[in-house]
Formats: sequence, C-alpha cells, structure tokens
Amino acid sequence: MNGGSVPSRRRFLSGNDAVAEGVRLARPHVIAAYPITPQTTVVERLADMVSDGRLSTEYMYVESEHSALSALIGASAVGARTFTASSSQGLLYMAECLHYASGGRFPIVMMNANRSVALPWNILGDQRDSLSLLDSGWIQSYALDAQEALDLTLQAFAVAEHPEVLTPVMVNLDGFVLTHTYEAVDVPPTELADEFLPPFVTANRMDLDRPKSLGFVAGAADNTEFKYLQHVGVLNAAGVIADAEAKFNRIFGRKGGGLAEAYLCDDAEYILITLGSVAGTVRSVVDDLRAAGRRVGLLRLRYLRPFPGKEIAASIGRAKAVGVLEKDISFGHEGAVYTNVLSALARGGNAPPSLNFVAGLGGRDISRADIKGMFDILSDEESPRRFDSPVRFIGLRGAKAGLA
Amino acid sequence: MSGSSKTPISPRSLPEEEFFIGHKACAGCGGSLAVRLALKVTGPRSLVAVPAGCMSAVGFLYPQMSFSCNAIISTFAGTASMLSGMAAGARALGWRDVKVVGFAGDGGTADIGLQALSGAIDRRERILYICYDNEGYMNTGVQKSGLTPPGARTTTTPVGSTMRGSSGPKKNMFEIVAANGIAYAATASVGYPQDYLDKVARAASVDGTAYIQVLSPCPTGWGVPSHETTRIAREAVDCGLWVLGEYADGKHILNRDPGTFAPAAEHLRTQGRFKHLTDEDVARVERDRDEQWKKIRDHWLR
Repeated sequence: MNGGSVPSRRRFLSGNDAVAEGVRLARPHVIAAYPITPQTTVVERLADMVSDGRLSTEYMYVESEHSALSALIGASAVGARTFTASSSQGLLYMAECLHYASGGRFPIVMMNANRSVALPWNILGDQRDSLSLLDSGWIQSYALDAQEALDLTLQAFAVAEHPEVLTPVMVNLDGFVLTHTYEAVDVPPTELADEFLPPFVTANRMDLDRPKSLGFVAGAADNTEFKYLQHVGVLNAAGVIADAEAKFNRIFGRKGGGLAEAYLCDDAEYILITLGSVAGTVRSVVDDLRAAGRRVGLLRLRYLRPFPGKEIAASIGRAKAVGVLEKDISFGHEGAVYTNVLSALARGGNAPPSLNFVAGLGGRDISRADIKGMFDILSDEESPRRFDSPVRFIGLRGAKAGLA
Repeated sequence: MSGSSKTPISPRSLPEEEFFIGHKACAGCGGSLAVRLALKVTGPRSLVAVPAGCMSAVGFLYPQMSFSCNAIISTFAGTASMLSGMAAGARALGWRDVKVVGFAGDGGTADIGLQALSGAIDRRERILYICYDNEGYMNTGVQKSGLTPPGARTTTTPVGSTMRGSSGPKKNMFEIVAANGIAYAATASVGYPQDYLDKVARAASVDGTAYIQVLSPCPTGWGVPSHETTRIAREAVDCGLWVLGEYADGKHILNRDPGTFAPAAEHLRTQGRFKHLTDEDVARVERDRDEQWKKIRDHWLR
C-alpha cells in the first residue's frame, strides 16, 4: 500500500462469495431472497455486506421464493435494480414468477445454484432445475469457475437492463462443486464497476408524472406481438453480450468467452460439448488426449438462452462425431441440451453422428476417467453401431444394454 | 396520508378525479366500487397492485387501461409480496408521499395470497392491503373460497341431496391479521361508504401494514339485482352478519353496534345463493351471529 502501489485485487473466494461480490459491485436497489442449500452463502454474504455498510440496498426478508421474485417484479416495476438467488425446489416454486418477470420485461438478475430436483430428495448438484425452465423466457448463463461467476453476475445486469434486451438473467453455478469451492478471484474496484455498469434507466416502469398500467392483459389480437417482441429481446442479447464483454475487457482487462467457447475444436475429430464447471475437467482431459496425439476438442456453452446455435455449427468443423455431456435428462427423450444442440447442428447443415452423455445426476462425480471414456466411445470406429442408442447414462449400476 | 391533514372525504364531497373508470366490471359490482372509493382517498400518487381476478380482468384490457394512477397486475398469490417490492423500490429510489395500495378479492387474500400477506405484515411493510370480499371466486364463475359463508350456494358447493351449499365456516381474516400483529386492520362495507372512506384514510396514514376487508356484494355471484349492491351491503351490517370494526394499537374497536338486529331471514333469502335456506338454517346463522356478538360486546372497545 506504500509508495502508490496498487493493492491486490485477488481474493480467495468461493463461487457463491464471488457472486455476492459481483452483486455488490452492481449496487442493486433491492435484494429479496429465501434461503436454500446450496445458494445460502450468497445471501449470507450479501447480508454481511449490508450489515457492515459495504452495500446499501433494501434487503427484503421474504417468506418464500415465490414472494422473492414477486417482490422484485414489483421493485423492478418502479424502476429499481434487483437481485435474487435460489436453487432447485426454490427455483421451481418461483416458476410462475419466472414467466411473469420475462413477459413483463423486468430485467431482474438471479443466481441459481444448480441442484437436483426432488424426488428423491437430493441437495447436490445437477442441472435439472434450470434446464426445466429453459422456456421461461430468461437468459441463462452457466459459469465455469468462481472468477467467471463474478464476471457473469456483473455483466448480467448490463445485459438484462439493455433497452433492446429488457429480459431477466439467470446466472447458473453448479451446486457445491462451484458454489462452495474456493479459488483466487480478481475483485475489481467499485469505481471500475461503476464505469462498466451505468445506473438502471428504463421506460418500462411506473412514473408519477405519467402514470401507467403494467403487467396487463393482452388477448388474442395482441398477444402474438408481445411474445414476438419478447423473443426478439432474447435474440438481441447475443449482440449485447458481445458488446458487454468487449467493454468489460477494455475496463477490467479480462476477455469473455461469448455465448460458447471452443477449445481446440478447429482440427478436432471428436468434440465434447458441455456446460458449467465440468468443462474444466473436460479441458484437462482434452489436453492429455492431445498430448497422446488424439484430435479431440471441447465446446463449452456459456449461455443456453440465447442459444449459441451459430457458434456450435461453426465450431463443429470436420468433426467425425460429437458428444453432449449434461447433468440432465428429459424423461422419455434425451437431455434438453442435447436436443438444443441437435437442432443447431441440423440448422447448420452439418450434423455428424452424436451421443448424449447423461452424468452427474444428484451430485455424482464426473471423473477424468468418465470423460476419457466418452471420447473413447465417440472415437471407437470399430463399433459403427455405437450411435444407435444415443442416450448414455454414465456409470449406471446394473446397466441395461444400450444405456451405459 | 393527505387525508389526515385535509378535510375528510365524504360520499357527498367525493373528489371529481376518477382513478378507476371505464372498466368492464358487471353492473352493480361491489368490488369496483370499493376500488374507486379507496383511490379517491389515496389519490394520484397511489401505486396499485391487483392480482389475477375480477379487478384485473376488467381493468387492464390492453390497450384500454382503467387505472389513471400507476397500476400493475400481480400473480394471484403475489399481491402482498409485489406491494412490498414496490414499496422497497420506491423507498430505494427516493419516491416520497406515495401510497402503495393493493386490491385483492377474498380468494386472493384468504386462500392463495395468505402466505405473502402474512410475510408482509411480519416485515411491517408500509402498504395498504384492501380485500374486496365478495365471498367467492367470482371471476372464474362463482366457486367457494375460504371466505364463502356457511350455507352459500356456489358452483362448487351446489345445493343437492347430499350437499346444501358451503359447509365450512368463513375464515376470520380480521382476527388472523390482528394476531399477526398488524399496525392497523378494519372491516368495512360498501353500504357504509363514510365509514369505509374514513378507514382508508386512517389506514393510509399508518406507519406499518394496514388491512381493510370491505364487504363488496357481487350481484352476479350472489343472485341479487344489480341496483341492490349497496342496500344488501348495508343490510348485512344492520342484521349483524357483518361487523364494522377496527384493530389498532393492539386493541379491537367496535364502530357500530346495531343493538337489536334487523331480521336475517329476509336479508338472506332475497339473495339467490341463500334462497334454499330452511328456517332451521337461518336460526343456525342467527345463533352463530349472536355468539360472535357476545364476544365482541364483551371484549371490544366501543
């Protein structure tokens, strides 16, 4: 600190801590949240910040997740910047309000700790909670690590509140694996954060000089147009995210990864597409396999809405086969991410054979050996019929033929 | 609250300005009358939330909006939580002298919205929550709610050989919010508008959560002529079937004691929903009424 040296911005934070720091830097007017494992430490850290004066905000102790989001819709309707956090059952309890917030174009930011959904009860991480709400009209991002959790959180406000987007954003962190793992995180100073994120200004709010009605009824004659505009808002987010990342890089010196981030995909014959923290493990396995001379790559989806369809099509190149690894299953069909990826590949006119790897349900570990095994299956050219049963439950005990 | 320092508003000196007008409510709608009167007291700086239900269905039909103050539809369960967020947002943004007011029906209040209301009272939110009680889910076609009185015929409590209208008691919301430690609560009737206007004025000036439950007959659901709304609402009070009371500073206050009650049988049987009541049924209603009044007269301040 002497002689004008710059104090270190690096701190040892969990994923949840990092989100709380990102929220603090965004200076929300109103925070409303209800505790649920493994989200709790986010709202605890925020309460600490309020308690010691580092954060000035209306911190609402609501009695449920439904009320948390309902309250924020009300706060956003008067023009306040808002934040909440939830997980799993809590996210589902909010589900009605998720559609409500996006339909009303209220740019609320939420952190979701990805967690399994009951039954059976399970507090550990998988992605079935947020993926079941892909159609709720929210922008969805999935963080790789604690640093990205902070960055995505701060950027989420800029994206959500952009007048051409006006759509709420859900920043997803894998429960425990990311929410509770500590890493070194660069926490930018508030002055720079203020430069990045201007105050929230919107015409979509109540106005004492020119009163208006919000959250109204629109019948068949007008409903399609409102829904179309909502669709356009989410599509517009793609460009706004790119701009926000460019500005972020200019101010903080840290690049973003866009909607999807390709790693060694250019000449890859076999590509694993995934999302969230497990991408870190996949990347490490890709490095090992590359060292052994195998042409493999990783495509990490950072956003699922707007969906990086063009980025996927562009990254696949000459791949002979692709796999989609997700902690999700849409029962009776396949994982939701896989469905979305297949649609993008079909649109791109280049759809190589593919497999859907369902893993990590209820917090089961996804090991390096598991991931190497996925690449092995994809590249096993001795078994041309390996694509006949596309959905593979990894590590299934008492495995039925074709499932594992 | 502006009303506390100015001349009290009376039914004969209502401000000209309308804040809820041109809506599509049924003729004689008691609920819309409750909304219209209350907003004349709370004024142009009212921030209104109305949940899914009659008032939102008739007042927010894009592009024809019926509120001339700021207003929003909340989720069915979310009236009190949305009001709380509006109040928090307005505070954070430095908006002064705004009145955050909600209008929810009996189902939206006593059933699906009770949890959020309880949370708001618990947080001491500075909001005014008005329940326009028409004693059933009228918007969806007259189904039983937690505030449907015993014996009332609804489409889910029909009168047949095994069922004779609604069987459960009417949930006592007034006592529930009082037990919740609310700053101010009142019951009112659109048949006694001065009493209602005074209570809205008082509720809007309270430093904390305020709740008013206003009896608002629904001619469509109750089976009464549309020009009888206020008469029926007045008669309910005169028969002792609806109490005009307040809860403030931890005390219950009785505003009107009719002394002897007007006959309940005639009042009930002029309503289609009670037409089937036998003499024995009516006697039971009167017994319950007298029991309730004994407690009130023994314990409430007058």
